[in-house]
Amino acid sequence: MNTPLPPRPSPEPTVDSLPYWTGLREHRLCLQQCAACGTTRHYPRPLCATCFSSAVTWINAQGTGEVHSWTVAHHAFHPAFKSELPYTLVTVDLPEGVRILAPFRGDSADLRLGLPVRLIFEEILPELTLPAFIRG
Amino acid sequence: MPLHRQGVISGIGETAYSKLSRKSVLALHLEASLAAIADAGLHPTDIDGILPYGGVGVVAEDFITNFGLRDVRLSANTPLGGASPVAAVQTALAAVASGICRHVLIPIGRNGASGGRISTRLREMPQFRAQAEFELPMGAFAPAQIYAPMARRHMELYGTTSRHFAEIAVSTRDNALLNGNAMMTTPLTVEAHQSSRLIADPFHLYDCSLESDGGAAVIVSRADCARDLRQPLIEILGVAEGHPDSPSSITQRPDLIPIGLDKAAPRAFAMAGVTHKDIDVAEIYDCFTYVVLRQLEALGFCGLGEGGPFVASGAIRLKGALPINTHGGLLSQAHLVGMNHIVELVRQLRGTAGRAQVKEARIGLVTGYGDMGDGSIAILARA
Ligand SMILES: [Zn+2]
Repeated sequence: MNTPLPPRPSPEPTVDSLPYWTGLREHRLCLQQCAACGTTRHYPRPLCATCFSSAVTWINAQGTGEVHSWTVAHHAFHPAFKSELPYTLVTVDLPEGVRILAPFRGDSADLRLGLPVRLIFEEILPELTLPAFIRG
Repeated sequence: MPLHRQGVISGIGETAYSKLSRKSVLALHLEASLAAIADAGLHPTDIDGILPYGGVGVVAEDFITNFGLRDVRLSANTPLGGASPVAAVQTALAAVASGICRHVLIPIGRNGASGGRISTRLREMPQFRAQAEFELPMGAFAPAQIYAPMARRHMELYGTTSRHFAEIAVSTRDNALLNGNAMMTTPLTVEAHQSSRLIADPFHLYDCSLESDGGAAVIVSRADCARDLRQPLIEILGVAEGHPDSPSSITQRPDLIPIGLDKAAPRAFAMAGVTHKDIDVAEIYDCFTYVVLRQLEALGFCGLGEGGPFVASGAIRLKGALPINTHGGLLSQAHLVGMNHIVELVRQLRGTAGRAQVKEARIGLVTGYGDMGDGSIAILARA
């Protein structure tokens, strides 16, 4: 008999990050923008490190980006990811001035610094949608 | 108050390193601590400060109970992951120099091999909160996966190669073979490194440190309280810790290359009054080969981006210009979170490092690295 796999780890949203996770379910990548000085920040957190204001507006990322770095996972450090090996994770510079780490769906041999990529959304579980990237 | 030369490392201790200790984590702490206390020529009740490594479930109270301590004046943690033990030397030095303590114990013990895996505990650690919420669901779990994009970017920007990483793994293994208390006991070749399985590209298996059971401890004593002790005085010339920008997420760091040691190293050298040219031997925190290469740059032994050619020159070999990780490091001796690096540096400076002894080693440095790039450094010298 097969032992059931432990469930894929799901995020536990906080009061600061809930709009980010809700946005993903609606296929929007939401970023915090300081309502006082306009600085965009990520990952979601309580305070603007430029002016220390806690006032926030949420903006939608336009969905383009450039590769900043990457890794290809060949070892599953969690059993739920074993069936996905090998998988590629890209670190992407967004034109909004922040970065994001997400899976790259494509041939990792194509990757180089500055490669244009485009955001897609993947519905992983009914309550969990994650960002991913393809070649732009 | 200036800290320069106000304290010494008076005692060192370690247990056997293995995959299966069959001892509790607390027992490993106590065994290594008693060894360090005996090495110094102290009695357990002389200890009046304790800086345990946070996160393994052992606290100062455990030492008060087991050693019957009556007058502990300081207990604290330095929560910098792998940079903790060397950062604790800074805290201990401040405590003895300011007159709070006379003899501060810095212990660690862990069942990293037979107990829970070091690599899969991110979620329980507050310093990894952002990592756990935003990157773990994408499949980025382990330090190997988190540090790999730093290494990849260094390779793309500066031409650093996996063979450069192999030189670090191979030279470290060669040193482990001389140690006598190292988990790895067979030679490693560049070819074996290159053909070892990929864990998180560009890291192969032999770019990654071991998981180990064991304990290690050092004692920092006020300089004037150590003169009549058993061992030659090993003075603390300089010490510092440094934290990278955006410490809670490498992804959001303005630049993936700088680390805490870039900030800490110049401060430690200035405090010590020496330059990198004065360093006879260095024990460099080696959770991954790339992390060693980047620290060599941060320390000023070569320029930014020049770590690859520097190690390829043979400089870091035991007979090279800058012998490093003479005990076999985390890569080939054991993963004691770098406490074993402090122990080894003290041995080198006492002249008791056995077959790995660097001739006439008088001044050396030890670094720590952890929690996504926090850095620490201590520069020590035989008095
Ligand atoms: Zn602001």
